[in-house]
Amino acid sequence: MGAVVMLVIVSMVTFGIFFQLPKLAGQTTDQLAASYVGKAPTAEAIADVKERLGLDDPLAVQYGRFVKGVFTGQDFSNGPSVEHCAAPCLGYSFRTNEPVLPTLLDRAPVTLSLAVGASLIWLVAGVSIGILSALRRGTVFDRMAMATALAGVSLPVYFTGLVSMAVFVYTFRLWPNGVAYSDFTENPGLWAWNLVLPWVTLAFLYAATYARLTRSQMLETLGEDYIRTARAKGLPERTVIGKHALRASLTPIVTIFGLDLGLLLGGAVLTEQTFSLPGLGSLSIHSILSGDLPMVMGVVLLATVFIVFASLIVDILYAVVDPRVRLG
Amino acid sequence: MTAPIEVSKGEAEAHPEDVLKGVGTQAIQGRSLGRIAWLRLKRDRAALGGAVVIALLILLAAFGPFFLQDPNAYHQDLIDPTMQRPKDGFLHSGISWEHWFGVEPTTGRDMLSRIVLGARISLIVAFLATLVSVTIGTVLGVVAGYFGGWVDTVISRAMDVFLAFPLLLFAIALVGVVPDDMLGLRGNGLRVGVLVFVIGFFSWPYIGRIVRGQTLSLREREFVDASRSLGAGHGHVLFKELLPNLLAPIIVYTTLLIPTNILFEAALSFLGVGVIPPMPSWGGMLSLAVPTYQNTPFFMIIPGLAIFVTVMAFNLLGDGLRDALDPRAR
Repeated sequence: MGAVVMLVIVSMVTFGIFFQLPKLAGQTTDQLAASYVGKAPTAEAIADVKERLGLDDPLAVQYGRFVKGVFTGQDFSNGPSVEHCAAPCLGYSFRTNEPVLPTLLDRAPVTLSLAVGASLIWLVAGVSIGILSALRRGTVFDRMAMATALAGVSLPVYFTGLVSMAVFVYTFRLWPNGVAYSDFTENPGLWAWNLVLPWVTLAFLYAATYARLTRSQMLETLGEDYIRTARAKGLPERTVIGKHALRASLTPIVTIFGLDLGLLLGGAVLTEQTFSLPGLGSLSIHSILSGDLPMVMGVVLLATVFIVFASLIVDILYAVVDPRVRLG
Repeated sequence: MTAPIEVSKGEAEAHPEDVLKGVGTQAIQGRSLGRIAWLRLKRDRAALGGAVVIALLILLAAFGPFFLQDPNAYHQDLIDPTMQRPKDGFLHSGISWEHWFGVEPTTGRDMLSRIVLGARISLIVAFLATLVSVTIGTVLGVVAGYFGGWVDTVISRAMDVFLAFPLLLFAIALVGVVPDDMLGLRGNGLRVGVLVFVIGFFSWPYIGRIVRGQTLSLREREFVDASRSLGAGHGHVLFKELLPNLLAPIIVYTTLLIPTNILFEAALSFLGVGVIPPMPSWGGMLSLAVPTYQNTPFFMIIPGLAIFVTVMAFNLLGDGLRDALDPRAR
């Protein structure tokens, strides 16, 4: 329920912002329609586009039409012919005239590959380094790991990305033809090999955050009374750490992981820009900078769906990780 | 003994020395939280190092541009016309006595003065944006935590919505559509204003959540009840009783929010919606380096290191402050 409300709010705000802001910036609907027509717009063509897209209708009417399109589909009169856009209809791009939804579905696998691969790496690396650091607090390992982690959270991903490209692609020539996305279904090996650099670069940033977080959570948990009780009743250290301490420390990590993954699935903007990956992130930047309202709406809605969905999954995972939580 | 418990306002203003008379200045040293924190912080070399770097950076950003050469002057005599990169220097950086950090490919502009001017932009935007988000976050967080009920519900939901938004996209879109002339500002003055607003406005929920949580636990404490039973109004309880107790977490998260905002500004500049060229910014310099870094790797390393060092310094200080101000820390 809360998820649906969130989607409605976000879609309304998005629609409002992207519809209203160009107007505030002094752009008229005529100019908007003119850029849609493209080269040499005539007055009739502009009027036609305005009529067809209903650009002069009030904001609420346009939003209503958009929502209706999502559920029942929408008809666009394209001159003499009528184009029908089937049920989950997100409209057509202002710039390329492509339908929005297929374009999104076309770009999504890239972002999905990037986000899922990187998240697996950072989750495993970050959490295990954090746990080891907490257990060996004050040792050389702990100090080194935490110094690296602090450096990791201070480095922007577009800088580490460029450096790793300069080193591994252009100096050592591990990828002699450069890094380009290739489809998983065509060649899984090549798919993984070409994504190694983006994965590691993106994962480094997050692994640093997770290592720091896991360590501090773990240290806090280890100071709790029930850990002392568990030790006092003679449980082996492995059980104390693995069953008692780890579970409690992981709860906040799970929350943040859900949010982070959801956010990334909606488009890893900076990483995709840096490695020129044709995912949702680069699509959204491109659409925003070219004023492609329907495309922007589509990307933002999809991104919000991911975030809302991820937080739902987190709630379910909570019950698995933390025995104190029961699903109602 | 401490100072007399009740002093009427007139007395205190008239003879402050008399009021303090009899208070042994040397006898017992009360250790306030601030004092304990300072003693701890003094021992934390990493945090002190961070503080020193920050102080140097601020001085450099404030006064450096007056002493350095023109950041927008072209030195094309230093550029190899076929390769479009500096002729000499390590890694074709163009480093020389005149140009300590080398020169830019193609144009030959001096990197040192561009980095220093970029520091000014970066720090101004980050500080002001942090001020905006800390102000909004603190006020809304305290109000939500203190009043509870529907006020809390509304503010907390708003925070959830903000956290669920693809913020970077919104920020880009907002900066991208702002007109050239607005509210009497124009050019880079307006751009900086917009950046401050966008970054500050989108990062308040982080500090808002923390302040709300702290307020929730503080509001049940005896000193709040005591103040209320003495007839204090909401305003007094909020700003005179609760706020001073929230100062420690606010200081810590402010210090940790500044580097986040520096990275946010750099990301926006990197994506092309930062200050308007030729005004330099670190993110903008990195994006300029993208097409040329195979030829001139040095050009990319300088702005990257500038971001890294600055953000790291703030993180070190923030971590140190958190350890120092955390009463649970041993």
